[in-house]
Amino acid sequence: MSILDSKIPEGPLADKWTNYKNKINLVNPANKRNIDVIVVGTGLAGGSAAATLAELGYNVKTFCYSDSPRRAHSIAAQGGINAAKNYQGDGDSDYRLFYDTVKGGDYRSREANVYRLAEVSGNIIDQCVAQGVPFAREYGGLLDNRSFGGVLVSRTFYAKGQTGQQLLLGAYSAMNRQINRGKIQAFNRHEMLDLVKVDGKARGIIARDLVTGEIERHSAHAVVLASGGYGNVFFLSTNAMGSNVMAAWRAHRRGAFFANPCYTQIHPTCIPVSGDHQSKLTLMSESLRNDGRIWVPKRKEDVEAIRTGKLKPTQLSEDERDYYLERRYPAFGNLVPRDVASRAAKERCDAGFGVNKTGEAVYLDFASAIQRYGKEKAMTSGMHNPSKEEITKMGEEVIESKYGNLFQMYEKIVDENPYKSPMMIYPAVHYTMGGLWVDYNLQTTIPGCYAAGEANFSDHGANRLGASALMQGLADGYFVLPYTIGDYLSHDIRTGKIPTDTPEFDQAEKEVKDRIEKLMSGSGEHSVDYYHKKLGKIMWNKCGMSRNEKELKEAIEEISVLREDFWKNVKVPGTVNSMNPELEKAGRVADFLELGELFAKDALNRNESCGGHFREESVEQSGEQKGEALRDDKNFKYVAAWEYKGEPKDAELHKEDLVFENIELKTRSYK
Amino acid sequence: MNLTLKIWRQSDANSKGKLVDYSISGIEGDMSFLEMLDVLNEDLINKGEEPVVFDHDCREGICGACSLQINGEPHGPDRLITTCQLHMRKFNDGDTIYIEPFRAKAFPVVKDLMVDRSSFERIQHAGGYISVNTSGNTQDANAIPIRKEDADEAMDAATCIGCGACVAACKNASAMLFTSAKVSQFALLPQGQVEATERVLAMVNQMDEEGFGNCTNTGACEIECPKGISLENIARMNREYLKASMKG
Repeated sequence: MSILDSKIPEGPLADKWTNYKNKINLVNPANKRNIDVIVVGTGLAGGSAAATLAELGYNVKTFCYSDSPRRAHSIAAQGGINAAKNYQGDGDSDYRLFYDTVKGGDYRSREANVYRLAEVSGNIIDQCVAQGVPFAREYGGLLDNRSFGGVLVSRTFYAKGQTGQQLLLGAYSAMNRQINRGKIQAFNRHEMLDLVKVDGKARGIIARDLVTGEIERHSAHAVVLASGGYGNVFFLSTNAMGSNVMAAWRAHRRGAFFANPCYTQIHPTCIPVSGDHQSKLTLMSESLRNDGRIWVPKRKEDVEAIRTGKLKPTQLSEDERDYYLERRYPAFGNLVPRDVASRAAKERCDAGFGVNKTGEAVYLDFASAIQRYGKEKAMTSGMHNPSKEEITKMGEEVIESKYGNLFQMYEKIVDENPYKSPMMIYPAVHYTMGGLWVDYNLQTTIPGCYAAGEANFSDHGANRLGASALMQGLADGYFVLPYTIGDYLSHDIRTGKIPTDTPEFDQAEKEVKDRIEKLMSGSGEHSVDYYHKKLGKIMWNKCGMSRNEKELKEAIEEISVLREDFWKNVKVPGTVNSMNPELEKAGRVADFLELGELFAKDALNRNESCGGHFREESVEQSGEQKGEALRDDKNFKYVAAWEYKGEPKDAELHKEDLVFENIELKTRSYK
Repeated sequence: MNLTLKIWRQSDANSKGKLVDYSISGIEGDMSFLEMLDVLNEDLINKGEEPVVFDHDCREGICGACSLQINGEPHGPDRLITTCQLHMRKFNDGDTIYIEPFRAKAFPVVKDLMVDRSSFERIQHAGGYISVNTSGNTQDANAIPIRKEDADEAMDAATCIGCGACVAACKNASAMLFTSAKVSQFALLPQGQVEATERVLAMVNQMDEEGFGNCTNTGACEIECPKGISLENIARMNREYLKASMKG
């Protein structure tokens, strides 16, 4: 029997959240003033949580490693945010959004959490509009929607290609209001280095002021971790350079179980790698797949000619092109979910059809959309015999109004005009669905320690649909956590201020200082990046889009050896008591070197293909789905939650069986 | 490419800084400017020297963290981009490149090329928000219809990433473009009207308190802005401010 208690409320799915809210304990407003909450990470989840908790009356301290919460990586999310508003009248509902999300996650997420997410999704849009988020509008003044990969309705709200930016600025403005009121104390350029437990409960953190290097103690009645994902374990990813797993990992070392670490989403529409110097990968919104058609040449000789520059992609006729997504998945075509699109691209490139120099790119082509929109625009403008040039021009204008900033970004990076020649794209590591295990209350296995947004595991299963990450971050922060944390804090109204001059804080601070000292005392053979890049290569080659037992075992061994070498030989220049980005990186890479090994161990354990991860031993052998990923519900319909026991190889597996009462588990078919 | 870099080194806000020469080789056109600095830093670390500190994070032009005055221009020679989107193909073999921090009294140097832009934060704390309760009980979003043109214009203003290039480009180190973009977003939307008077007064006052200079309509800010924020926002803020002052 598992020791994990998910605390899913009783009752019918659609009533669980309402019933739950009706029954939990509340904290009297006068008592909220005596309760402190720490929020680590101030992106969409942390920022919205901090603002709302402060609004409710709690004293909030926020921590972020940037100089401002508005730099959080949520700002880079481009495409949009889902909500079951059914404004378009195309049949959307809470249930349908719930269904799509569970199916899109390949039945590895928790039903109750996902339903709640769908249920509050509409509120998010109301909230953001009230805050002044400038969502796209139709000419009648109402909100506009578009559709996104993996679904058949238009439920995605967007603000050009900068939706994450606008939503984050909305949450940030809500924080500003609370900062101005003195309810939020913001600690920017600070990093959490450890979690402090008192009598088994999370009661504070040890943080480092990144400017002065000073180690600080901060206490609270509860700690919320909203520190994002761990995609940077791959070194190359679409994550911001500083995104790291430290807060979650240090909590894991203190007893918070880490769930499904091997679940990584590989995003299909990224700008391909150009060389060894590359520091990160750039994603382009998946919304591009609404209008872009994906193809590679049918013939190898055309591929060869394109790679050597003898042939231009625009010179190939329609029937010389293989629109492989439309061919393989006629029902969804270019809008198949991210994992399917990513794997299909890799399959074509592995088969030798990649179109850039390194053979790791496919085309995303807007030529037909430009013609289609151009003709439509000509018709509506009353032009009866438009020339081809006029049609192209008008079509390009429509595309520009929809995706202009993305096209500009592509042109700056690749130095090619995507209006005239198809874009080149390739999959890249984007979002991690694993994270700290949380119950229905978003509480980790440490009482008083909560995890929200990408830092937790519960809502996305083995994969996630487009435009669902922003939804989850804001749902957790604005609408879920503020309720559930109150239930816990209602027991703390007589506790009083938590002192920081206690043995628990002494001990945690000492361990943090020892760790820093150890990092600084390496022999100095190699830089931090040297180790990070090596780790990244192991992860991408052996724990990436496609995995097998042999290579995963090799990865575990290689990472463990690399970690040992890191602690002996890393070189961290500069001093402890000043701004020292190399020291910050060293601490983060040390954590990645542990997480990477647990990641591989989890992937080895999960001998099934599901969602974003393709296990080579688990493939459909026959029938319509032949060659597609084979999920194994009989043996793996569970959450893998790992308990820290020292070295990652000693981590202990706990299983939370996933129960599906409202959805029948089906093979995901997009054919 | 082989390049000579003249980089501003300064150990903290209170120390004196100076330009230091570095030569670097093997730079490719596909590298971003920051990746070129990564290469330099790797060399410095391997030689046992301290790497150059600079702000950066998303490296895709949206977080607003990267700064750098490159050959005298914020974010370097190209238009409508941040430093992380500047590629080395814009430079030639043998070039000498001056790399300095953004300069303004309100942006003190933290270390080397990294400056403290928290003055921008305080301007936003002063009033850069709409006072709405984050309760989940707000009215339905479509109950506030907004003309598409207004929403688009608000979006254009809201696109500001707060990098500070406008300040660094301005001979007066004025923060008018930044502040006006924030004021404009709310001024253009119906939700922002109720507090418009207090907002513009509070934000402008805070901007002055932070030690930013005045606007003399030179327009360098608009030219250097990586997001193409328009000078019209400054005009709009001035109108809002005048209106508010007369009311106030």
